[in-house]
Amino acid sequence: MATSAAGHEPAVASAKRSGVWSWITTTDHKRIGILYGVTAFTFFLMGGVEALIIRAQLARPNGTLVDAETYNQLFTMHGTTMVFLAIMPLSAAFFNYMIPLQIGARDVAFPRLNAFSYWVFLFGGLFLSASFLFGAAPNGGWFGYANLTSKAYSPGLNIDFWVLGLQVLGIASIAAGINFIVTIVNLRAPGMTLMRMPVFTWMSLVTQFIVVTAFPVITVALIFLLFDRFFGTNFYNVAAGGDLLLWQHLFWLFGHPEVYILILPTMGIVSEVLPTFSRKPLFGYAVVVYSGVLIGVMGWGVWSHHMFATGLGPVADSVFSATTMLIAIPTGVKIFNWIATMWGGRIELKTPMLFAIGFIAMFILGGLSGVMHSSPPSDLQQTDTYFVVAHIHYVLVGGAIMGILSGIYYWWPKMFGKVLHEGMGKAHWLFMVVGINLSFFPMHLIGLLGMPRRIYTYDTQLGLDTMNLVSTVGAFILGGSFLIFLYNVWWTRKNGLRAGNDPWGGATLEWAVSSPPPEYNFSVIPQVNSRLPLWTANGLNEIPEVPPEPIHVPGGTYWPILTAAGILALAVGAIMHSLWIVLGGVGFTVFSIYRWAFEPFEV
Amino acid sequence: MDSSRKKTHRDSSFVVASLIVPAATLLSGCAGQYPQSTLDPASGFGTQLSDLFSTIFWWAVVVFVVVEALLVYAVIRYRARPGQEGKPKPVHGHTALEIAWTLAPAVILLFIAVPTISTIFRVDGTPESGALEVEVVGHQWWWEFKYPEYGVVTANELHVPVGRPLALAMTSVDVIHSFWVPRLGGKRDVIQGRTTRLALTPDSVGMYMGQCAEFCGESHANMRTRVFVDTEEDFEAWVAQQLTPAPPLDSLDGLVRQGAEAFTKIRDPANHSCLICHKVEPLAFGAIGPNLTHVGGRTTIAGGTIPNTPEGLRSWLRNPPGEKPGDLPGRSMPKIDLTDEEIEALVAFLQSLN
Amino acid sequence: MTQAVAAHHTSTGLDNKKLAFWLFIGSECLLFGSLIATYLVYEGRSISGPTTHEILNIPVTSISTFDLLMSSLAMVLALAAVTRGDKLWSRVWLATTAGLGVVFLGFQAYEFVTFVHEGLTLQVNLFGSTFFTLTGFHGGHVLVGVIWLLTLFVRSLQGKLGPDKALNVEIAGLYWHFVDVVWIVIFTVVYLIQTSA
Repeated sequence: MATSAAGHEPAVASAKRSGVWSWITTTDHKRIGILYGVTAFTFFLMGGVEALIIRAQLARPNGTLVDAETYNQLFTMHGTTMVFLAIMPLSAAFFNYMIPLQIGARDVAFPRLNAFSYWVFLFGGLFLSASFLFGAAPNGGWFGYANLTSKAYSPGLNIDFWVLGLQVLGIASIAAGINFIVTIVNLRAPGMTLMRMPVFTWMSLVTQFIVVTAFPVITVALIFLLFDRFFGTNFYNVAAGGDLLLWQHLFWLFGHPEVYILILPTMGIVSEVLPTFSRKPLFGYAVVVYSGVLIGVMGWGVWSHHMFATGLGPVADSVFSATTMLIAIPTGVKIFNWIATMWGGRIELKTPMLFAIGFIAMFILGGLSGVMHSSPPSDLQQTDTYFVVAHIHYVLVGGAIMGILSGIYYWWPKMFGKVLHEGMGKAHWLFMVVGINLSFFPMHLIGLLGMPRRIYTYDTQLGLDTMNLVSTVGAFILGGSFLIFLYNVWWTRKNGLRAGNDPWGGATLEWAVSSPPPEYNFSVIPQVNSRLPLWTANGLNEIPEVPPEPIHVPGGTYWPILTAAGILALAVGAIMHSLWIVLGGVGFTVFSIYRWAFEPFEV
Repeated sequence: MDSSRKKTHRDSSFVVASLIVPAATLLSGCAGQYPQSTLDPASGFGTQLSDLFSTIFWWAVVVFVVVEALLVYAVIRYRARPGQEGKPKPVHGHTALEIAWTLAPAVILLFIAVPTISTIFRVDGTPESGALEVEVVGHQWWWEFKYPEYGVVTANELHVPVGRPLALAMTSVDVIHSFWVPRLGGKRDVIQGRTTRLALTPDSVGMYMGQCAEFCGESHANMRTRVFVDTEEDFEAWVAQQLTPAPPLDSLDGLVRQGAEAFTKIRDPANHSCLICHKVEPLAFGAIGPNLTHVGGRTTIAGGTIPNTPEGLRSWLRNPPGEKPGDLPGRSMPKIDLTDEEIEALVAFLQSLN
Repeated sequence: MTQAVAAHHTSTGLDNKKLAFWLFIGSECLLFGSLIATYLVYEGRSISGPTTHEILNIPVTSISTFDLLMSSLAMVLALAAVTRGDKLWSRVWLATTAGLGVVFLGFQAYEFVTFVHEGLTLQVNLFGSTFFTLTGFHGGHVLVGVIWLLTLFVRSLQGKLGPDKALNVEIAGLYWHFVDVVWIVIFTVVYLIQTSA
């Protein structure tokens, strides 16, 4: 082996590269990416089961599968899980694995901070999910409107779990956001100018800026709720002069940028997959990049379109309506550029490409229902109904999840050295497309015909029995499609085709190295001369199979996981109202930070 | 194999498209089948909203059909065919095209924005002159309605005269709710500490169903309302009825009297006594739950969820939390251990309160 | 090694840690921005209990503000001393900065205790909630800064804070100055500009 750990090793280097301990102490972005992916996918399945129970309950009017309290916990956890524990970390799996490879780096800027982010995410997700074990899962909706979430109206532990869990998760996100911005800005290979970066890396960069700026706002909103519940403050106390809309403004100031956090990375993935399988460069690269940046910036100006029913007044309604409509323009521009990428190409309808095309087809629909919401008077009949539920799920399942799956099928060979079975992939896609449309399209009508959202039952008088049943059938088809995927993963492990460096003929740097890449990624740091290095003559220097000089690879360390454990202890102590455990958690976290800061660790 | 894949994709897009057009046309006429439909309005407010929705909807259909067709065409036309040589021409961009497809959506949005903004100002909730004012108060999980003009207080079922402008001034005593009667127009949240407004003029006699549209706790699904748009005469009669107090205790006899006595009996714990929470003028003056002075005249009970029939009343009285889950200490109706006789008597009494 | 050049080669020439820290400060701006915006939105809306006019003590708080400003000066001098390898003055100025920070915290503790005695608590009204939360979070940040500075002081005593570690001190300085700037904003918005009765 040409690698050797030259230089200092941290005190707790893991000599082995296999075994549980090596994973617990890893600082390798590729391993962390896989950890994120597996964990996030597990949470995704959990959120999916929650959805199936919801749909089973709603298959018939006056259903009795679950009672009202359980239902309210289910839809709250479904939303919270899918947003924070599934989609965001699935994207993070790709940020972790692909960004250093795409920019020609050996790892991220702060590998230990990277590991820390993963462990905090895992612990936060476990904390939130543990609430089910206490029969006290959060039940105030994923958006937790005040004052339903105050102690007076939600006296149990449910909302405490929610607030504390989200605060913990926020730490993971902000830390990762800072890490990836520094990585992308500072660790690019020579010749990799910003306008030569792959679109996935660009969209990830924009996403991380949104994370770093939007999460502090929800942190404050949650601090106010936490203080109200724990210390009796008055932030959301009307009797003391408080304004309940403060929560909504703070939450949606975060919440709207959050939806761009959810969609931009997957738009980046699609922007990579389409050119590869069209054998043509992305049409309008600069425009696609600038559109993404514009969406990220403009996303800050639309938040009150979630509040059109609260009576903000005609001027505010008009302003937010206008800004919301404006943001449709860069979004549409991207779609046109994607179609133009395929236009005149030589399209290979492999599984990643099918998912990318499916993304576009369904995102168009979801985007159009979004435009309908952008008109406040029209929205007064749509908001808080199943029409919005349709919109959300077209953009998030038909959009984000399809895009993530495109990435999964696309990058699976790179990560695991095997190509997922093509036939099963196509079957997965087909069932998903049918399931998504069968489940979510009727919801547009169900909403327009008067069914509000977040209700555990509905009356047969509404005339919506059949449509709800159809929607439920669709949901189960959608859920079933993932069984195909899981079987594919298992089957491919044993029987899958081995992948070389570049099974799809991609243009970007990750395809220049083996599948999976060596621990050090590149035997020599690439010298990049083109936006499409593998498609351009002299686009890239020769990357030898064996490194000409020894490469230092940082060893493992357990301080990131221990610091994360300290933060978990803090949350546990808080929910137990135990000052000693809280102080213990703080102390242990500080202690771990010190050990982390002073251990010898060289990147 | 592969051609059936692309076909299915194309099929599913067209299935989706072909569902919208007939469905929308069909459904706009079927109010009887869909009592909470937003597509069959019965007020000027509702009509303005559905007209605006229609405008946006058809633009969306146009955009959908054009863009999806381009997508599908591109996928089919530029499929790699066996035997094709070389690479396709690498086209990196086209400025004129970028400008065109930036401006085109912008222009379409203008066609949506202009009617949007004018409608916003027209339906901003400002009461018309001469409007009937009704105060709406959201409670977990029922609606209280007060008519300051007449001094009437009722719950869950609203009566209004046809053709007269209605001005709703709304608030909540606890969490945020949302008042929504889809056929009469859009919804408006009701928020503790604030007054929100809706203004509409119902244009057809009839009964319109609605329900709370902002998640408000365990029985959010069970917070429903009915609006009765009456002729002028029927409305005046209803008001007169509402202003008549219930008969005094001494004038009652038989089962109804027994029911009145059961209603006013002080029980242990105190909050199991009906009169603590409910008002039945002149027998009881509770102010926590709905005013029941004229409950007999309503078509539903329990927040609009149970028909106001003897069977309905019986199952409600036997076990309120069973019908409407959610325990709000001091605010929700508890399970009171009533004997069967007491229940029969109460049913008779409550049904007598017209 | 001068401060601007990074330890490893970076695409911008900026050190990774410094860039990361500026981003962190960016997120902190939004954190404090949200807290301050809430304070402003709720100003004058308290229904009962003590209000700004009745309870804030501008003369005393001006002294603590001045103290914090001087601590920023000490921080600058500390960085200069570390950069030129001056062991004695590194320690003096680091300790002074930390000490002035502790003085500020002392003033704040005194202020909090006084207010509570005068009837302003977290729970009593909106002003109590917003004031103590905003200034409390700021104070928490000062405390973290003091601990950080004392850590650097101890490292200096151990002979481990030479000019090659100047970047660490510079970053600590960035944090300290940021916390000072936030205080200027809070002092202006909360103490100096009291808009409503």
